[in-house]
Amino acid sequence: MRSLTTKHRTLLTVAGLLTTVAALPTAASAWEPTRPVTFIVPAGTGGGADQMARFIQGVIAKNQLMAQPVVVVNKAGGAGAEGFLEVKGAKGQPHTIAITLSNLFTTPLGTGVPFNWKDLTPVQMLALDQFVLWVNATTPYKTAKDYVEAVKAGDDKTFKMGGTGSKQEDQIITVALEKQIAPKKFTYVPYQGGGAVATQLVGGHVNSTVNNPIEAATHWKSGALRPLCIFDKARSTYTDKITADMSWADIPTCQEAGVDVQYQMLRGIFMGPDAKPEEVAFYQDLFAKVMATDDWKKFMQDGAFNQTSLKGDEFKAWLTETEGKHKALMEEAGFLAAPQQ
Amino acid sequence: MTEEVPHAEHAPEDREHPLVSAKTMEIATSLALLVLSAVVIRECVRLGFGWVEGQGPASGFFPFIVASLMGAASFANIVRVLRHGAEGEDPVFVTTAGFGRVLSVLLPLVLYVVAIHYIGIYAASGFFIALFMMIIGREKLPKSLAVGVAVPLALFFMFERWFMVPLPKGPLEAWLGY
Amino acid sequence: MEDIASLMHGFSVALTPYNLMLMGIGIVLGVIIGVLPGLGGANGVAILLPLTFTMPPTSAIIMLSCIYWGALFGGAITSILFNIPGEPWSVATTFDGHPMAREGRSEEALTAAFTSSFIGALVAVIMITFLAPLVAKFALQFGPVEFFAVFFLTFASFIGMSRGTPFKVVAAMCLGFALGAVGLDKMTGTLRMTFGHPELLSGFDFLIAVIGLFGIGEILCSIEDGLSFKGNTGKLHFRKVLDTWKKLPSYWATSIRSCLVGCWMGITPGGATPASFMAYGLAKRFSRNRNNFGKGEIEGVIAPETAAHAAGTSALLPMLTLGIPGSPTAAVLLGGLMIWGLQPGPMLFIEQHDFVWGLIASMYLGNVVGLLIVLTCVPLFAAILRVPFPIIAPIILVVCAIGAYTVHNSMFDVWMMLGFGVVGYVFNKLKYPLAPLVLAIVLGDKAEEAFRQALLGSQGSLSIFYSNWLVSSIMTLGLILLFWPMFGWLRERLIGPTDPVSQAGKSA
Repeated sequence: MRSLTTKHRTLLTVAGLLTTVAALPTAASAWEPTRPVTFIVPAGTGGGADQMARFIQGVIAKNQLMAQPVVVVNKAGGAGAEGFLEVKGAKGQPHTIAITLSNLFTTPLGTGVPFNWKDLTPVQMLALDQFVLWVNATTPYKTAKDYVEAVKAGDDKTFKMGGTGSKQEDQIITVALEKQIAPKKFTYVPYQGGGAVATQLVGGHVNSTVNNPIEAATHWKSGALRPLCIFDKARSTYTDKITADMSWADIPTCQEAGVDVQYQMLRGIFMGPDAKPEEVAFYQDLFAKVMATDDWKKFMQDGAFNQTSLKGDEFKAWLTETEGKHKALMEEAGFLAAPQQ
Repeated sequence: MTEEVPHAEHAPEDREHPLVSAKTMEIATSLALLVLSAVVIRECVRLGFGWVEGQGPASGFFPFIVASLMGAASFANIVRVLRHGAEGEDPVFVTTAGFGRVLSVLLPLVLYVVAIHYIGIYAASGFFIALFMMIIGREKLPKSLAVGVAVPLALFFMFERWFMVPLPKGPLEAWLGY
Repeated sequence: MEDIASLMHGFSVALTPYNLMLMGIGIVLGVIIGVLPGLGGANGVAILLPLTFTMPPTSAIIMLSCIYWGALFGGAITSILFNIPGEPWSVATTFDGHPMAREGRSEEALTAAFTSSFIGALVAVIMITFLAPLVAKFALQFGPVEFFAVFFLTFASFIGMSRGTPFKVVAAMCLGFALGAVGLDKMTGTLRMTFGHPELLSGFDFLIAVIGLFGIGEILCSIEDGLSFKGNTGKLHFRKVLDTWKKLPSYWATSIRSCLVGCWMGITPGGATPASFMAYGLAKRFSRNRNNFGKGEIEGVIAPETAAHAAGTSALLPMLTLGIPGSPTAAVLLGGLMIWGLQPGPMLFIEQHDFVWGLIASMYLGNVVGLLIVLTCVPLFAAILRVPFPIIAPIILVVCAIGAYTVHNSMFDVWMMLGFGVVGYVFNKLKYPLAPLVLAIVLGDKAEEAFRQALLGSQGSLSIFYSNWLVSSIMTLGLILLFWPMFGWLRERLIGPTDPVSQAGKSA
């Protein structure tokens, strides 16, 4: 195993060097950071966004993609509002970037903190994180339909859905699922982090979760959890076997399974307001290099990410559409807060 | 303020005029806590403190209980002080001289924090350390200056260079290119 | 037996001159990080993580975990010398560690703290080595109900310890709970008690509160008394370390109890902070010298340090086997593992056999190297207290301000620290107990969350707290500990002070 890793690493370093050399001519004339770049994570340490940010920090350092170092700063207060307000305040400061998750939409809607994604400069969509419906492997439910029928047949609110945070992506999916089981409802129990949610499901303290693949993969592999369906419009593209007989691609979409719910989470990079085009271009170039590394590809595969990466107007259009979707879902669920002052 | 020498073991008792009694301070503190608990309870009423369908106990549930307990305990404490007097042997909370000594540290500290806003943490720290040593500690000028320069410099390298934790900076650092 | 062979193999991996050098560097860096308040182990590991990408993964994780050990050791230094706990789990160390330092017994306190940390960590590593799979299963038993029971037990074992009127204990603790509730209510996603101020979004961080209450408050109190720190004028000598060692074995009962508490809390994972408070509370209750607690009792240093480190170390177990980090530092280490392509979780022990045993071996070695380094430096640390007060005081204040700022990179926090300093000064003089206040800030929101999660699951029925043997026994234990001192207090009020122990406690 060790020899393999070392070989892997050597290859990576070579690949990294090649990319750096290839990129040199373009970087010569354009804007470049002159100070360490602050990378704001509007979430706590150890979560999906944090892991990705620190991973990117590592990839940049390892392959020397940038002369200045990246410093990851967690600003999790108020469901990430603290971090977003910080980026919003970093007007014309090109040394501050942020990674976002769905709380880009849900936090201002759910808490009323005065902030909108339009306050920031969108740089690049890195990937879309998937959601999978999981149950404990000791339960009899083999398909999403089985589970939904069981919830429908059971007493109201006896089935517990575990999720990360409140009025955020996990609960929004839960509310969307509840349309399928009407008039019955889940009891949604919010926890602190995705890892804890998966463990609670393994321990049998909740009946189901909508964990991201990376949070639950190891429990799937060990045989403790069972995936029922994936909340994407198409199946995952990763065909490497995770368990003896299943890969991510073998998980049916929820639509196929007869539970028509779709949801994905943005992993994107933003800068503060009024960023100059050459600054945005620098970061787009940087992330293009990051996404070209083998490390990144492996990371995408481990987490079964949907590798849609948009920038520019396409990204903006996606953001506008997705914000509308969140607003509609949250309004329906009664999650909207009165705007603050 | 002239008799104040931080090195001395204890200033002579006869110079220490009582400023605030322990009893007054006890009641003032309890009243402050009572006001605070009233503020929290008001907020809890806004948030709701009962059972919310689908959410369990509402946001204000726990703070409401806590604030009520805090209010009750503070009220009980006021009653206790009025009936039995302040706890402890010393009926004096602080003497004029003692309060002077506290202010001699607290006021420079407040000025220091104000200064951070304008000249950054490193320059402010340098001034604070050097002036504190000279005025309050009566150290000699060269020694004070040496410590006042060395400590912020060491901190600068530690935070900005090694650990890359950006601290507030002012015109001096900007002039140096940071 | 296979485990032993694996472990030996792990040692052979870890014991190269290069790796030993990295261990040394890691420990020293860790101690520096632990000493600077605000720059916790999590920051340190996060900042240095990228640097380790040029190393082989095993060397990298050895260095990172040594930073972790170093930071754990370092947290005790400022707690003892300046009454400023750098990490939540060092708070309980200040209660007796700092009074010891004021009496000029700082070498003794530091030696006791370091040695206890080492013993706690060692016991936890041994447990990880031999009981890992068994123990990991136990952690799965813990749902919200059990978590609440554990928090309840922590509060119960700690409340009622303070002398003086219970009104002040209740008021101080409730103040802590209220401060801890400020910010986002994670259960409903609504903001509470922020009154429209964005600065309050992230609530009151524990660190800001302790730097103010303990650090600044302490300096204000000592300056009012016109007293300086009593620097020890005696010769600084390594002998004191050995002298302290001679005393330590007589506290074996406290050590064992604290190890058990620590390992249990680390696995569940309640964490190092409740472990240290609980161990301190229990030590005080069962000690022969209980009346000396809070005034410089060495047992009051041994208990929390042993428990905190046993918990801090065993917290790595749920991280490795379940992928749930027991502390922010563990969370960052977790991120590091993933960058090396190591997916934590039940499969790690099977798929990455070599790596796991290399890490476990490095835990043994890192702790030994760490202990040697910090013990050699005890006279050096103690010498800091011999710096005259007018020089050290402004430096401490500056470091406090920086520490407060770095928590959220916010000047507002520096002002809050000043506010807490004044509150600490007033509370100290009026004998409001600060420990329950801090404990409530640290654990209040977690306890509240677990309580509400539990009730949500049971649809509001309190009977859930007696629904299985595990939670029932923890709750019962908590209730006994909670009412124990109250019985004594009631008896004292009704019959008069007959019990010699509570009488002594009252007059002390």
